[in-house]
Amino acid sequence: MTAILTTSPPPVASRDLAHLSDESLLSLVAGSDDQALAELYDRFGRLAYGLALRILRDEALAQDAVQEAFLAAWRSADRFLAERAKASTWILTLVHRRAVDLVRREDRRRGEPLDSAAEPAASETVEDEATLGFERRVVLEALAQLTPEQREALELGYYGGLSQSELSERLGLPLGTIKSRMFAGLSRLRELLVEAGLEGSYP
Amino acid sequence: MAADPHSLVAPYALNALDDEECRAFEQHLAVCERCRNELAGLKETASSLAYGAVGPAPPPELRERILTQARSERETVTSLPQRRRQRSWTAPLAAAAAIAASVALGLGVWTATRPGNTNPFTDVVSQAGSRVIPMGDQGALAVARDGEAAIVLRVPRAPSGKTYQAWVIRDNGITSAGLFGGGGDASVVKLSRPVPRGSVIGVTVEKAGGAPQPTQQPFAATGEKT
Repeated sequence: MTAILTTSPPPVASRDLAHLSDESLLSLVAGSDDQALAELYDRFGRLAYGLALRILRDEALAQDAVQEAFLAAWRSADRFLAERAKASTWILTLVHRRAVDLVRREDRRRGEPLDSAAEPAASETVEDEATLGFERRVVLEALAQLTPEQREALELGYYGGLSQSELSERLGLPLGTIKSRMFAGLSRLRELLVEAGLEGSYP
Repeated sequence: MAADPHSLVAPYALNALDDEECRAFEQHLAVCERCRNELAGLKETASSLAYGAVGPAPPPELRERILTQARSERETVTSLPQRRRQRSWTAPLAAAAAIAASVALGLGVWTATRPGNTNPFTDVVSQAGSRVIPMGDQGALAVARDGEAAIVLRVPRAPSGKTYQAWVIRDNGITSAGLFGGGGDASVVKLSRPVPRGSVIGVTVEKAGGAPQPTQQPFAATGEKT
């Protein structure tokens, strides 16, 4: 046998999981396959962290949220199999939920305008930047086509972690108005993202 | 909250409901096909908003922390069937699935039966560093780093005049950790005392009001020490 030279500690007998769909990876994760978890993290970790950071505005808390979400995925991946959702939707929902729980608990929500949130720093990986940059542009362009009221409701709700009641209080509007703005905004956004090819039917 | 529950589908997809509204909507969701269909699409769209928040990469240590913790939990999960007897290779998988099912059950049962309350089992599971240890095929124990613990157990209602009693069993003695009645799909019970490392948690059937010490062998117990 030829000795294999390694320059850094090798990842444990890494298999090539790159060709697997996100959903197949999750079913491996349900069988406690840690390499599948690693691959899933490599695909969504950065997106998850960006989301958590946007909501929490604190690096340590954002890391906690991402860690808890991926461990929740690790513990309950078999529950995903029953869901009618893409794996990415499921994971990002876990991340969002953890981050919002934390922000509500810490009461760290700021009153500052949301678009002052940190702009993406120079990217470390070219590949991430290429794909995430494309999707980011599509989402931001779609958001820009909503009415300002719809956009505000989605941004304060999703990125701000505000509940509908908090939003209603903060904007001085009836709860019903907030709900319909959220619904109209999200529905319109869906049309735009389907048109742009970013979303389609879930598998 | 007298509002039309259908109108909560978008706030729910955005995770913009408070705990109570969320539980109420999930109950509605269980019986409303239309909302389930609508939600599937809206949830996908809501999570696409994450792309609008793309920012700097997380520190590389985060990946290692997650993987290390995940592997340590897997060892906990697999040690039980392997130690009892060498079963087929599917045993660890079955144990993991049993735990996940218990967690799901704990969540589901609580959501369905105790609106307005928090779920002690998932509260513990959601804490960083917490562990879940199976208790046979009937349920599981969740224990947090500080010893806070809860069990989920699928048992029929205790016979009249009887109660289920949970015990913290250690080398130097056995102490009661709470009484419960069983029944329904499963019981979620927060243990009344913290669980020190190295304990076994067992459940017996005792006279109503509980016993100072167990009067029988536990019918369900963690297969390993905490």
